[in-house]
Amino acid sequence: MLPNQLKPEQFSGYPPLARKLVVDKLPVLQTLPLSFLPSLLRELIEYDYKFTAERFALDKELTHLATLSPEQRVEWFSDFSKIKLNATLERFDWVNQPAQFVEQLSSHLWTTHQQDAFRKAATDYFNRLANAVPAADPEIPRVCITIVGQGAGAGEYPLFRKLRPHGAYYTNVDPKNGVEALLAFAAQRAKAHPIPFAHWYIDGGNEAAHDPSLTSVSYAALEPARNLLLARVQKQSDSPGMGPENLRTAMAALRPSDLQLDKMADPVLSRFDLKVLTEGSGTQIFSTTFAQWAAREALRRAQPLTLIVRFAPRQRQRPMNEMLAVAKQIVEADPAGSLVDADMGAYYNWLNQQRLTGAAKSSFIAWFEGHETAIAIGPAVPRGTVSNSAVSLQQVLEWTV
Amino acid sequence: MRNSSSHPVMRQLSRNRRDFLRDAAGLALGSTLFPSRLLARSGVPQKDRKVVVITFGGGARDQETFAPEGQENIPNLMNELIPQSSFFTQVVNRGILGHYVATASLATGVYETINNFASLPPESPTVFEYFRKDLRRPSSDAWVVAPSNGFNRIGESSHRSYGMGQGARVILPKHLLSAATKGSPDYEHLLRDNYETPFFAPEVAGNEVVLEQLRELLKLSVNDFREHALTLSSPDELSVYIVRQLMKQVAPSLLWITMHDIDIAHAGAYSLYVDGIRRTDRLCLDVWKAIQDEPEYAGKTTLFILPDFGRDSDEDSAGNGFQHHRTGDAASRTTWMMALGPGIREGVVHDRRVDSTDLVPTIGAMMGFSAALSQGRPVSEVL
Repeated sequence: MLPNQLKPEQFSGYPPLARKLVVDKLPVLQTLPLSFLPSLLRELIEYDYKFTAERFALDKELTHLATLSPEQRVEWFSDFSKIKLNATLERFDWVNQPAQFVEQLSSHLWTTHQQDAFRKAATDYFNRLANAVPAADPEIPRVCITIVGQGAGAGEYPLFRKLRPHGAYYTNVDPKNGVEALLAFAAQRAKAHPIPFAHWYIDGGNEAAHDPSLTSVSYAALEPARNLLLARVQKQSDSPGMGPENLRTAMAALRPSDLQLDKMADPVLSRFDLKVLTEGSGTQIFSTTFAQWAAREALRRAQPLTLIVRFAPRQRQRPMNEMLAVAKQIVEADPAGSLVDADMGAYYNWLNQQRLTGAAKSSFIAWFEGHETAIAIGPAVPRGTVSNSAVSLQQVLEWTV
Repeated sequence: MRNSSSHPVMRQLSRNRRDFLRDAAGLALGSTLFPSRLLARSGVPQKDRKVVVITFGGGARDQETFAPEGQENIPNLMNELIPQSSFFTQVVNRGILGHYVATASLATGVYETINNFASLPPESPTVFEYFRKDLRRPSSDAWVVAPSNGFNRIGESSHRSYGMGQGARVILPKHLLSAATKGSPDYEHLLRDNYETPFFAPEVAGNEVVLEQLRELLKLSVNDFREHALTLSSPDELSVYIVRQLMKQVAPSLLWITMHDIDIAHAGAYSLYVDGIRRTDRLCLDVWKAIQDEPEYAGKTTLFILPDFGRDSDEDSAGNGFQHHRTGDAASRTTWMMALGPGIREGVVHDRRVDSTDLVPTIGAMMGFSAALSQGRPVSEVL
């Protein structure tokens, strides 16, 4: 089936908000090329479970596409139209299974050497969209704080090496009650600007006590869900004929209730948790990977005003099959390796924050938990500087944000 | 022609590597105008020449290797191997960036499109088939040592003019160890499989045949093998141990080793990814030393070291940096290659663009066979 054959009744399986939006915008969807439309439907079918920022962006995208003249539409989508698809893709039920279609499309693009052409078409499209419908600046400048190194000794590892050129490096920070101070700062912002899913606290271990105004996600709280997921993966993998592609498809079909996530959080957040665990590679076994990927997805999707990410020690490396099995006993941790993972994670948090609107005004702080080392980046912070003076984390916050 | 079509990021990566190597290792800039005339300079007749290929897998980026901040991870490449090598700064892989299919593309000189996760042979003839058919070499003269059971079909293609029985013998060290230890938990750290798809491990039939390989070919008792394996820390270390036995006992003329420890990056732990790079760096030097130590190899062997591809850059928001190689961006497609051995110019950097598919015809020109169906072209600077 091709997009111009779409009818409203074909979307009866979509959740209510998604169905209404798609049916309202059907005339414009019918004009889009098949190499493009399922990628958009993959987002739209999840509309009911998306964060406010995502819904706003999708609404604006569809509204703008509807305003394009026929000539402009040709200009915007001509590169997508040149992508050659095959009959299998055209026959696929891409209306109801857009994510699976996109997976197959990706495989087709690599096999037919059209990946580069598709990549260029997609990049050009998003650049055009960003120019035509610029995202609004955040209500207040964004702040991201990353806490690394829980349980690790200082050692000789050159911490924050990639971040230092962009801000001020502090070597004499008073670490006392540091986590509490940073969480209190985040809660203060959440209370002053009570926007849903705008203020987050992600922990790679056990959550510290925090104000309920923060949206919180943690590796420890999700342990029951992780174990259920690992048991499912184990069972699927033992099934005859199960390959990685089948496994991925099976993971993509899971719902929050399959991992009992629906009992833990509201529908939007439980869907977020599910995706972090089923789409993130390594999030099920390494807490450092979990924290980094959850932060990346929170920044990309929810676009928070405030984000605290606290890394915790991950388990030491063991045989992959052993790590993917549900642990029956406490597994030895690797704090030194986790510090290195978290250092890179802090850099990625900063990069991902920089990709959001208002980047020029946003602030970023990373602190070595329990130690005297921190890095602060922000519009008021001189780049590439070092401070050896005794300071408190509170002062670092005041000078940075 | 191909030079002029390089992506700006590829050219920048190439320039970075070249400038860095020139500064750090004191290498000279090479030129295609002065080919090295391998035969005349090495004094090794083509029929006696041996080639060892190491794929520096699975995927390492410049930031962690040749960029200034990455050099601490590759001290052996930097200080020992590069000064003795001709180094190519811009090797571009235009194919599918999956480890099996990319390695198959390197081995055929054609961008293969087989399913990366299926147990399928390459569709185009492999370098091993060209070598054996043209030069009438026995099966014992071409070997592949591969990290994963998923690579068990890499030795020969499904091509109707080549294929069945005309390729390389493939040894899967983990399969060997698994047969020798019958699933003992003491060895599990050496039996990890593909990190991207940890459960994909199609069984290769015939444990008895495998154990015969151990005894008859490698002259290793099962007990000795088991005991030595306990001293090793990773699957790639196990591969290199098997390679040394193979060189000592069988001495194949064409030997292909695929490293894979680095691919732990898919699990997202940066420290483990960097550990993998450091280990691979050390193991490359081990293989080079083995080449110098073995009389069958010393003075007549060319060693090629090259990654199958890179990994996604930090700058591409579609990816997640070092963790994967999914975006197809320039960083993940642009790698490097070094060639060492008799007749190869030492300490020379070449920054023109070379394709991944150029390796097979280059080996062909070096050893005296024709890679007739390859899409690549011989790299004249090492011939």
